[in-house]
Amino acid sequence: MTPLLFIEQLLNGLQFGVMLFLMSAGLTLVFGVMGLINLAHGSLYMIGAFAAAAVAAATGSFILALMASLAAAALAGALIELTIIRRLYDRDHLDQVLATFALILIFSEGTRWLFGSFPLFLDVPAALAGPVTLPGGIEYPTYRLTIIVIGFLVAAGMFALINRTRIGIRIRAGEADREMIAALGVDIAKLYTFVFALGAALAGFAGALVGAIQSVQVGMGEPVLILAFVVIVIGGIGSIKGAFVGALLVGLTDTMGRFLLPQVFALFMEPSAAVSIGSALASMLIYILMAGVLVMRPRGLYGVS
Amino acid sequence: MSRETYLNIATLAVLAGVPLWAWMADEPFTITLATRAVIFALAGVGLNLALGLGGLVSLGHAAFFGIGGYAMGILASHAQSYTPLIEVPFVIEGTKSMIVIWLVAILASALAALAIGVLSLRTSGVYFIMITLAFGQMIYYFAISWPAYGGEDGLSIYLRNDFPGVNTLMPMQFFGLCFAILCLVLVGMNLLQKSAFGLALSAARQNETRVLSVGMEPYKLRLVAFVISGAITGLAGALFADLNRFVSPTMLSWQMSGEIMIFIIIGGVGRLFGPVIGAMIFILLEHVLGGLSEFWHVYLGALLLGIVLFAKGGVIGALAGREKAHD
Repeated sequence: MTPLLFIEQLLNGLQFGVMLFLMSAGLTLVFGVMGLINLAHGSLYMIGAFAAAAVAAATGSFILALMASLAAAALAGALIELTIIRRLYDRDHLDQVLATFALILIFSEGTRWLFGSFPLFLDVPAALAGPVTLPGGIEYPTYRLTIIVIGFLVAAGMFALINRTRIGIRIRAGEADREMIAALGVDIAKLYTFVFALGAALAGFAGALVGAIQSVQVGMGEPVLILAFVVIVIGGIGSIKGAFVGALLVGLTDTMGRFLLPQVFALFMEPSAAVSIGSALASMLIYILMAGVLVMRPRGLYGVS
Repeated sequence: MSRETYLNIATLAVLAGVPLWAWMADEPFTITLATRAVIFALAGVGLNLALGLGGLVSLGHAAFFGIGGYAMGILASHAQSYTPLIEVPFVIEGTKSMIVIWLVAILASALAALAIGVLSLRTSGVYFIMITLAFGQMIYYFAISWPAYGGEDGLSIYLRNDFPGVNTLMPMQFFGLCFAILCLVLVGMNLLQKSAFGLALSAARQNETRVLSVGMEPYKLRLVAFVISGAITGLAGALFADLNRFVSPTMLSWQMSGEIMIFIIIGGVGRLFGPVIGAMIFILLEHVLGGLSEFWHVYLGALLLGIVLFAKGGVIGALAGREKAHD
């Protein structure tokens, strides 16, 4: 194992982590403010990716594709919030799980009906296609590096939005005491729609960015959704900071585990067995991490008890 | 007798009657559909103990369903290839005996439920949902990346396993076996609901503080319920794998957890026969809508949404009225 490869894998882990943050931020806000568990968040991720792939195919512009992903996911988010989700806020979690599971079925099959079962492809824009040489002579794909930078920018933007703006104050107030801020004259229904659409837009944006690395297909959202759950359980539900730390932790643990564990097992095992045991264990590593965090802190790293 | 009791008897009559008719009319496919419904009902009855009675919204029950399935798959695959399961420190052979397979499936899924339950039950509410989901996924990914038993492709078993005195390859006889198990479990569940344990568990769902204050521990009650619940779902998984003579990671997937939950919701949460009616309707929908359109999940989704938003209590709630207050 060379140090160059190690650093490349670290960067991959970081890129995976910031993507997970884009997914988890919306999920954790929606839960923190509205008390809603939204399984359909993965569908919004998928909608963003499909919108981007369709627009990129039609116009050839990656920037337009990204904007389409933001708009389509935000629109879909606002639409389901207005028609369905808002009926679920004061229901119990079981109802929320089932209704949003029903939404997944509808969105997934609807997308399959519209676009077919074959994966679509979204090309990395030409300007970002090649590798870039980092200090120390590391060659790394420009596109992945851009994703990392975008991820950190969005994270900074979210912190600023939550901590520095009027809307952020309202969101935090909504987390603390829903009835009180409604009584103070804030239009809570509008705030909810905004928060939901914002989370949806971030998920759709993540879908479009990842869609250019992987293929765009039905069902792409659910594995990421479950990872996002792991992230916010680790970080503490409702906390943006927790989502950020948790996302990086999960991204790095998963990537480095898949990279390092087979090599560690190879030190004292025959190679084929080391690869199969190492990769099987690596696929479980983040869940073991989650279990560990739960034993120490049942409410997550930054959760309030 | 209450209307719910009549409804329950009618449900059992339909569930047994349809395959009997199909047997006379020589329609083995219908018998297989009914067997699927019975097995799904059993899985649902298992989850209903945790979900309905215990109030534990577990979105990871596919883990137990799949572990039961793999218990069957692993034992039977070793038996059909005549290779021992392990050789050191002592030899364990595979088996084609259903009774042994069921016991192993029950034990394995109960142990898994114990391990998952000990950790997950430290939390509650939405954390519990997400954690059970995450542990379910952990086992799913483990099954996919573990190559010894088929990995992503799953495991095929050539012949259905043996039960003394029954020709399990005859659809009607296998149906009878599954139906008998379902009835036994339903009787057991009925007794359990009325037992001191069942009442305490139900009380812990309704008012945790009061249960604590009379000196019982909700954590222990829930853990026991979760383990029994996982074991029943695991048994259903072993039967399901035997029905298909195939087991694959799909049985462990979280969509499976969602489907088991759907059976309960369609039928009625916390009702003894809720999952039974729900599984029957689900199989019927799958068959009828699946024949109409390739995209039948859209209709299933819409129906589910309708039930959740407008018809709480499911079919039993609609037909037999709300549950009587227990006083």
